[in-house]
Amino acid sequence: MPGPGRGPMPRGMKPMVENPGKILKRLFKYMMVDFLPYWIGVFACIGISVYCMTVRGTMFTKNLINIVTDMIKNQSVDFGPLLEEIIITGCFVGVGIIASFVQARIMVVITQGFQRKLRDDMFEHMESLPIRYFDSHSHGDIMSLYTNDVDTMRQLVSQSFPQFVNSTITIISVVISMITLSGWLTLLSFVLVGIMLFVTKKVSSKSGKFFVKQQKNLGALNGFVEEMMSGQKVVKVFCHEDENIREFDRLNNELCDSSYNANRFANIIGPINAQLGNVSYVVIALVGGLMAINGFGGFLLGDLAAFLSFNRSLNMPINMISMQINSIVMALAGGDRILKLLDEKPETDEGYVTLVNAKKVYEPKQSGAEYSEDEKGSYRLEETEERTGVWAWKHFHKAENTTSYVELKGDVVFDNVDFGYVPEKMVLHDIKLFATPGQKIAFVGSTGAGKTTITNLINRFYDIQDGKIRYDGININKIKKDDLRKSLGIVLQETHLFTGTVMDNIRYGKLDATEEEVKAAAKLANADSFIRRLPEGYNTMLTGDGANLSQGQRQLLAIARAAIANPPVLILDEATSSIDTRTEKLVQEGMDKLMKGRTTFVIAHRLSTVKNSDCIMVLEQGRIIERGTHDELIELKGKYYQLYTGNQIAG
Amino acid sequence: MIKKLLSYVKEYKLLSILTPVAMILEVIMEILVPRLMGSLVDDGVNVGSMEHIVKMGLLMLGCALIGLLGGILGGIFGAKASTGFAKNLRKGMFDKIQTFSFANIDKFSTAGLVTRLTTDVTNVQNSYQMILRMCMRSPATFLLAMIMSFMISVKIALIYLAAVFVLGIVLAIILKKAMKAFDQAFPKYDDLNASVQENVSAIRVVKAYVREDHENKKFKKASDNIRKIFSHAEKLTTFNMPAMNITVYACILGIGWFGAHIIINTCETELSTGDLISLLTYCMSILSSLMMFSMIFIMLSMSAASARRICEVLNEEPDITNPENPVMEVKDGSIEFKNVNFRYKKDGKENVLSDINIKINAGETIGIVGGTGSAKSTLVNLISRLYDANEGSVLVGGKDVREYDLEVLRDEVSVVLQKNVLFSGSIMENLRWGIRKTGGEAVDYDTLSAEEKKKLDEECVRACRLACADEFIEKMPEGYETHIEQGGTNVSGGQKQRLCIARALVKKPKVLILDDSTSAVDTATDAKIRKAFASEIPGTTKLIIAQRIASIMNSDRIIVMEDGKINGFGTHEELLANNDIYREVYESQTGGSGDFDEGGER
Repeated sequence: MPGPGRGPMPRGMKPMVENPGKILKRLFKYMMVDFLPYWIGVFACIGISVYCMTVRGTMFTKNLINIVTDMIKNQSVDFGPLLEEIIITGCFVGVGIIASFVQARIMVVITQGFQRKLRDDMFEHMESLPIRYFDSHSHGDIMSLYTNDVDTMRQLVSQSFPQFVNSTITIISVVISMITLSGWLTLLSFVLVGIMLFVTKKVSSKSGKFFVKQQKNLGALNGFVEEMMSGQKVVKVFCHEDENIREFDRLNNELCDSSYNANRFANIIGPINAQLGNVSYVVIALVGGLMAINGFGGFLLGDLAAFLSFNRSLNMPINMISMQINSIVMALAGGDRILKLLDEKPETDEGYVTLVNAKKVYEPKQSGAEYSEDEKGSYRLEETEERTGVWAWKHFHKAENTTSYVELKGDVVFDNVDFGYVPEKMVLHDIKLFATPGQKIAFVGSTGAGKTTITNLINRFYDIQDGKIRYDGININKIKKDDLRKSLGIVLQETHLFTGTVMDNIRYGKLDATEEEVKAAAKLANADSFIRRLPEGYNTMLTGDGANLSQGQRQLLAIARAAIANPPVLILDEATSSIDTRTEKLVQEGMDKLMKGRTTFVIAHRLSTVKNSDCIMVLEQGRIIERGTHDELIELKGKYYQLYTGNQIAG
Repeated sequence: MIKKLLSYVKEYKLLSILTPVAMILEVIMEILVPRLMGSLVDDGVNVGSMEHIVKMGLLMLGCALIGLLGGILGGIFGAKASTGFAKNLRKGMFDKIQTFSFANIDKFSTAGLVTRLTTDVTNVQNSYQMILRMCMRSPATFLLAMIMSFMISVKIALIYLAAVFVLGIVLAIILKKAMKAFDQAFPKYDDLNASVQENVSAIRVVKAYVREDHENKKFKKASDNIRKIFSHAEKLTTFNMPAMNITVYACILGIGWFGAHIIINTCETELSTGDLISLLTYCMSILSSLMMFSMIFIMLSMSAASARRICEVLNEEPDITNPENPVMEVKDGSIEFKNVNFRYKKDGKENVLSDINIKINAGETIGIVGGTGSAKSTLVNLISRLYDANEGSVLVGGKDVREYDLEVLRDEVSVVLQKNVLFSGSIMENLRWGIRKTGGEAVDYDTLSAEEKKKLDEECVRACRLACADEFIEKMPEGYETHIEQGGTNVSGGQKQRLCIARALVKKPKVLILDDSTSAVDTATDAKIRKAFASEIPGTTKLIIAQRIASIMNSDRIIVMEDGKINGFGTHEELLANNDIYREVYESQTGGSGDFDEGGER
């Protein structure tokens, strides 16, 4: 049953699968695990139905003919033996039908269950992969794993594999039956089957070659189309339609050619085998006829009829197997790609320092009086279940077997950090900076200077090559990634929203937030007023990455999302740049409220942000070339001064 | 829908007709063979006539050969016709998409268009091939086998007829239910894929908020839901096989019983044992052809969704087309809006732009400011006719934009879109997008002489200098030959914007529109670009949309947009004096909370 995937052709398939045996073995294992009892059920059902229907059914023809010839010979009108034969066969067939029905039902469970498992495993694994994976794989490619490649696997599990088992069992049982009828004819039959297999192999290797080419061409076309469709507006603006059509035609014709060749060879395997089957039928009839006439080895006419039927039954599964070869080849390619995804190394996390709720326990004064709130007296942190608003890093020291708690404050230090996306090309050099809790650090510098990269290091989207980053005095490599990221609020350069209501999207920052909290966060980010004006307010559905909202509105939601998470450290990456200036004034107020008391790293062009920063880092080509407050840097008359005054051109 | 699709068969019509013909030839031979077999057994084996066996054997071989020919031809024709059909469909769609206006493009998602061009077409191609090769085959097999059966024995053939009737009804019922179930299931599957897509593109958000588990949970729920829906649909189809098997074996057993009676009672005059064998073979053919037919139906119904999606593209009418006798020259870069109203949806009630009346002189630099959603982009999009005004008219060079040849207009009015993209290829190749066509023909760079190439390259480099893109390009190890990844992911946002501006400048347009195109460019460079514009291309009318007031306050005049209306239009000083919105924006940006680059402009 063709299932959900759209079309059997995976795109962007690798021309050759390395080590197909190994892949097949792994796929097989993957297929079996979890579903073993089901498969056993399927195999049993196949065995039963093959015996009951194919073998018994064919035997019936033989017995029928033999009975009838006997009756003619003996001038008998006793239909008793025939009736008996019909009843027995009827019973067998009945069992066979039930078995094949049961098999079909189990197969539904396996097919759908397997697909679900595959999808879930892929998705879960994908979620665990580092950002690098998404940098280095096109989104279209990843998507095609879920559609085309899963589909080839479905084909394998639901059709090719059971068909293969069925055919094998059929072949074995038919061969056994044939041997019991006549060994010599069986031998002859084998020779003919051998010829058939030889031809099939020849033709299918040709078609296979073109199938691989077809996948390649399809991948090329797909890539082109994807790129052009996403840039279609630019194409229009540049009147580039004709050039596009020209290139598309070229790719399209190539695809058509290889697809034609692949299909052509695949199409003729069937007829060739069918006719070879007929030839084999004739040859067997001739030889068998001779044997029956000459009474060679007690071979009867009924036997010949049965043998001929069996011969037919033998050809059918062989045809079936040859028809599955292409889809097995494709499943191998698809499986290979899926296994590659599953083999990708997930984000490693050797961190062991965790973030826990804590409460401050003040040492009681000797006099028994308690410390007042603002008194910064000595206290110790104690882990607690409840949400106290106080967080602590739980640091277990293996050597001493002790656990210490460090309060989460948002103290960030970069110590001689070097980083490059690829080891050969460093993007950041010797970055040193520190931010004490509540400080605002601004990054300025030309585009491509490495501002965004620095912020991506704090939350460990990428791991640094050299140097150290410390968070509240703890090396961030020691902190569990999840906990590290939970303590950081991020508003990214590009806003991404999820399918769901506005409420859901804001709640993304804190899953258990109440409606009031969501609204408060929205108000803080000044998103509340526009949300209210949406057709269904907070319950308005957003689809397609919030395509129904303006860019500014989407950013407001992203800010609200960060606000609700209430993290001690904020990373703002040019978040406000495309909000219009009027709204921005309001946003600024909200942001200022949000930033209050939090360590903030901000990449922005806003003067106010930069001016109010406790420290400004001027970056150039991955190095911090100037640092200081606004006034200090103006005084310095360096790069910052140039940027600030716009007088760089003169230099 | 089907008619529309079939109109793309075009040059493959003959092959499409020949395929079923060849297949029928194969079927005829296939049906003759059992008859010959029966004769071989009856008159050959039974009576011990080796001569007859040989004769029939040779006849069968002949049939096999003809059948082989039919099968192979059918296979080849079918492959050619279906792949050709697919090619035409893809081309038809792609060509159609190229004629789409922005409004048309907005209707489809990128992913949707890609699926339509690839997987959906593949589905239709497979179905078409199946129709050509199988759809004819099954009924033909059915019919011929039935005729042969009647010729052998009317009585027994009647059993088939009854069986076929019953099986046909059962299969039809199953089919109808299963198709309905599948129809409901497929959209869910698309939703699931959409959510994967969403996760892939928003992975940074997912990771930043540590929501992997949350997403996993969401996905698993949807995934399991799909499993349930599809299991339900597939379970319905599992009734097919037993229904078929019951009928087949009931027939075989029934024929055995009645056949034997007829043979014995009539002493083989009405029916022979050989006939019986033939009948049993036909029984299989008849019923399995019925089965095949029902399978084909399910497959077809599955590709019906694909066909529908393809037709959506093919049927979409581009709403902006070239006029009949287009004006081929734009006189100058003057722009005028006369009583323009605009709505994105034709029947929509609310105007996105209303009552726009402005006149811009050639060579002026115009700044446009306004809040989010104040329709700044919409306003400039009308100038190069990316959308058409619903009422009123937009004039460029003194003529309505609807009178111009689209290409001419868009070459003269160069837009740097807000959401811009670079294409995979070298920087130079990207810049060459801006090279104008000559005489309606695209310039094929590769065929040019070295001298012409050099000239074009120099123009591209000049454009980069204007857009201040030369500084970073020249620092790259491969300079202008540096490879740009799809979507320009290997350059920074600011670099990308500068390249996009350069690309637009290569056209040497009379009007240049920058739609928030320097937002990611650092402020100093932004100023430098504007300075270059003023000195190097003074004759070009420049429209600049910006959020930073500094980017536009030195413009000749400034348009202030508010809720789709012109709120103010004048020089910086005028607006500062009498436009509240402008003053507010200006003060907010200069009063300590403005743009970082603002200081430099004083």
